[in-house]
Parts: sequence; C-alpha cells; structure tokens
Amino acid sequence: MNEFAAQHPILVVALPKIIVVLFVLLTALAYLTWFERKVVAHIQARWGPYRVGPHGLLQPLADGVKFLFKEDVTPAGADKFAYFLAPFLALALAITSIAVIPFGPKEITIFGQATPLAITNLNIGLLILFAITSMSVYGVALAGWSSNSKYPLLGGLRSSAQMVSYELALTVSVVGVILMAGTFNLSEIVNAQQGFHWGFLPRWNLVNWPFPQVLGFLLFFTSAVAETNRAPFDLAEAESELVAGFHTEYASFKFAMFFMAEYSSMITVSCLATILFFGGWLSPFPQTPFWAWTHYIPTVVFGVAGLALIIHGVRYRTAFGRVVLPAMGLALCVLAFLCSRGGVIEIIQGPFWFLLKIAIFLFIYVWVRGTLPRFRYDQLMGFGWKVLLPLSILNVVITSLAIVWTGR
Amino acid sequence: MTPQIAVFIVLASVAVAGAVSLILQREPIHSALSLITVMVALAGLYLLLGAEFVAAVQIIVYGGAIMVLFVFTIMLLNAGLEERTNVSRMAHFVGVPLAIVFLIEVAYGIGRATMHMAPPVASPVSTRDLSNLLFREYVFPFELTSFLILIALLGALVLARREDSN
Repeated sequence: MNEFAAQHPILVVALPKIIVVLFVLLTALAYLTWFERKVVAHIQARWGPYRVGPHGLLQPLADGVKFLFKEDVTPAGADKFAYFLAPFLALALAITSIAVIPFGPKEITIFGQATPLAITNLNIGLLILFAITSMSVYGVALAGWSSNSKYPLLGGLRSSAQMVSYELALTVSVVGVILMAGTFNLSEIVNAQQGFHWGFLPRWNLVNWPFPQVLGFLLFFTSAVAETNRAPFDLAEAESELVAGFHTEYASFKFAMFFMAEYSSMITVSCLATILFFGGWLSPFPQTPFWAWTHYIPTVVFGVAGLALIIHGVRYRTAFGRVVLPAMGLALCVLAFLCSRGGVIEIIQGPFWFLLKIAIFLFIYVWVRGTLPRFRYDQLMGFGWKVLLPLSILNVVITSLAIVWTGR
Repeated sequence: MTPQIAVFIVLASVAVAGAVSLILQREPIHSALSLITVMVALAGLYLLLGAEFVAAVQIIVYGGAIMVLFVFTIMLLNAGLEERTNVSRMAHFVGVPLAIVFLIEVAYGIGRATMHMAPPVASPVSTRDLSNLLFREYVFPFELTSFLILIALLGALVLARREDSN
C-alpha cells in the first residue's frame, strides 16, 4: 500500500483529504443554518426550530429534502445560460476557497505520505482567496441580471457595486498583516505569530509589535461582512425593499445553492480572520510545563458538554430525543476521553483552538445580524469609500513606518 | 505527453474558444463572460509557467475588478442584442484575405523563432524576487506607470464632472 501511495500521491492522499474536508464543510453548512436560526431566535426571545427532531436538530435535513423536491421554475424571458450558471458559480467559488485554509500545524501521515493539515499549502494562499473573492461577484450579478425581473436586477446592481467597493478595503486592511509576516503563505503567517509577550500575552497579529493590528482587524471584519452580503450590509436582498433581491426568482435547489454559498463564505471569512489576526491554530496559553494543564482543555470542554447533554437528554419531551441526545452526549464523552490520551492530545490541540476561534467568529456573525439594523444604500457606499478605505490605507502607512522604525 | 502539456492544451483551447465566442456572441453579457473565461485561462497558463503572483493578480485585476466593471456597465445600461449587418464588400474581399495572411505570418514567425529553443523550465518565481525587482531595480518606471494611471483617473473624473455641470 505504501508503494502504491508513493506512486499515486494524488489518488491516495489528496483525494481522501478533499472528500473529508468537503463532507465536513457541507455538514457544517447545513448546521450553520440551524445555529443561525437558533441564535437569532433566542436573541428575539423565541424558540427557533423545535419540532423536527430534538431541539430541531433534523431541521437542516428536512430543509434539504424540501429544496430537492420543490418545483424548479425558470422565469419567462430569462437568459437560460446565465440563469443556470449563476448559482453554480456562486457555490463552486465559495467552496473552492476552503482548499487553501490550513487547519493545524502537524503533518499527518497517510500510508507513508506526509501531508499538511490542509488540502493545499500554497505560497500565494492569501492572494488565491482574494482572487476567488473578486470572482464571486459574478454569481450575484448574473443572477440578478438573468432573472429578467426588476427586483433581482436592482439587487444584483446594488451588490456588485457594494462588493467591488468593499473588496478594496478588505484587501488593503490585511496588508498590515502581510507586512508583519512577510509572506502570503497562510501557514507561515500563523507560524510568524508564535511566542508570547511577557510570558503570557500571545504574539497574535492583533496585539503583536511593531504595530498591533486592532484597526486592521476591525476594518477586515467589517468589510468581510459586507463582502459576504450579510446583515447589516445585506442590501442585495433587502426584503423590505427588494422582495428577496438577487435570488427572488430562484426556487428549489438553485436557491439552496445561493444559501450554501453565503454560509460557506461566512466560514471562509471566519477562518481567515482567525489565521490573520488571532494566531490560527495556536493555543492562547504558553507551551511551558507550568501551562501544561491547558492541554486538557479540549477534554474538559467535550466532557462537560457531553455530560450536560446526557443529563438534559434523559428528561427530554419526546422518546426520540431521549435516545438521540444522550447518544450524542455519550459520543462527546468518548471524544473527550480520546482527547486525553497521549498521541491524540498533541494532534487535537491545533484543530481544537482553530475550530473554537472559528465558532466564536460565526457566533459574532449571527449576533451582528440579530442586533444591528440594515444600512441605507448611500450610507453604505459613503461608509465604504469615505471611512473604511482611508482608514485601511492609514493602517498600512502606520504599520510600514513602525516596521521601518523598529528595523524588523 | 507530460501532464504540463496536457494542461497547456486544455487551457490554451479554452482561451481560444473563449476569444472566438467573445466575438460571435450577440448578447453583450455573454461576450463579457467569454472574456472572463479567457482571462482565467490565461491565469492558468501563467501558473503553468511558474508565475504564481502574476496568475493571482491576473484573476484579481482582470478577471475580477475590470470585468466586473464591464458586466456592471452592461447591466446598468441594459445593452440590447447586437445587430448583425452583412459584411461590407471591402471587408469581404480585402479584410478576410489580409487577416488570413497575417495569421499565417504570425504563426510562421513564432514557429521559426521557437523551433530550436529548449522548452522553458517552469521554476516558480517567488513573490519576494518579483517585488525586489519592481521596487529596487525598476522602481522609477513602476512609479511612473502608477502616476500615469492616476493622471488618467483624474482626467476621466474631470471629464465626467464637466458634463454633469452643463
């Protein structure tokens, strides 16, 4: 098997990695919709999905089945080719961008082939992400134009103008990080953030010398939210003005593809924010013997969550829930036990902290959507061009000066 | 046939097919989409030659920024179907033969110049080397070019403003 792997590294190493990442990503997308509905519901003092499965856990499955069996209509006078192309383009580009995200530091070995914990490790990883972002405008623009309907056209026009404007601020806001790391390679950017100030403050780019990228991070996250067309920048689908914006005329699975594209870009942006400003997979605690106990944090988190799920599950309303919830809790407890074993405990550190940081960012995404009102269109353009862009250029200038000043 | 040549043939035919379809399409948006295909295929060719940075910038600038502007303008103006006229007699008798002769000449010239050349070795050019060249050796032409673009931008702005005030 090892010989076969050496001869066909693409077949044995790359293909399984792609399949695993794609499977995890698509599952995460489905449950992100559940997560968003739950969190927004609780912000608004509602329950959210509750009927399909215990705590609505099967709701994504039900939604998926529903999307598949709905009638797929094409509006009269639509441009057939572009109408079909738009959702494919949106989803394909959004999913492709996950390929350059590194998930952990350790190389894993599959049949004697060492390979990084990412689908690819590119020298221009960050640039590829921006290239994909710059292309993803077409999905929205074409969908709006090809539907042959006024609201989608307005939505498409709005969002292409918005995405082009905010792409500038997005790109310029990370230049500070690139200057400090000296590379476009995402894993090297993370590795450049290793170490601690005064023994406890992590040298993440957010608080790293010579110039902490706090401003850079705020600019990046704001323009990234706008770039993914999420509230409070979701003018492309402002339902109070444009029915549903660019995807008004889409039904069935083509509509679902736009949705999956949106959630997929949310995940990518969260990954990117983590990697660029929050040290990626690096633990927030120093790697000294005094802090060795922090290696058991994954175990404690999974264990407590599992136990809570079991205790809550055995008293659940429905019989189905009384079976499923404790089973999930048990699985979490087993995972917690595995995470405390030697060998696994080192490998789990990177992915655990990475996924935890991503989860926090996804929560912020939903939190922002649940609390902030939508921008007016002229405010949106004014904010992008007159506030975000000058500030991000200022950030670049100050960072470069600081780097030259300290001579690093 | 090495994988590189196979990839080259695929990308090159996509680029040529895109360019032909750019001219033949009657719907302006379809022409723009064909042009985007050409740009992306070209980026792939750059990548094949080891120029990672140039490939990424090709997609960001041409595939993304400039073509989005094209698509945006077409959508905003709602340009209709292109009208076809019969080819004028001049083009028919002089233009087409001249174009064919020109194509043959170019193909012959390229073929003769590269026949005895060793195929270029695709060695990745690091972004660091590229930026060292741009910002050390060629910093003056580089800055001059950006200045030129700035002047063009300001000029366009002034022209647009003048029309507005009338």
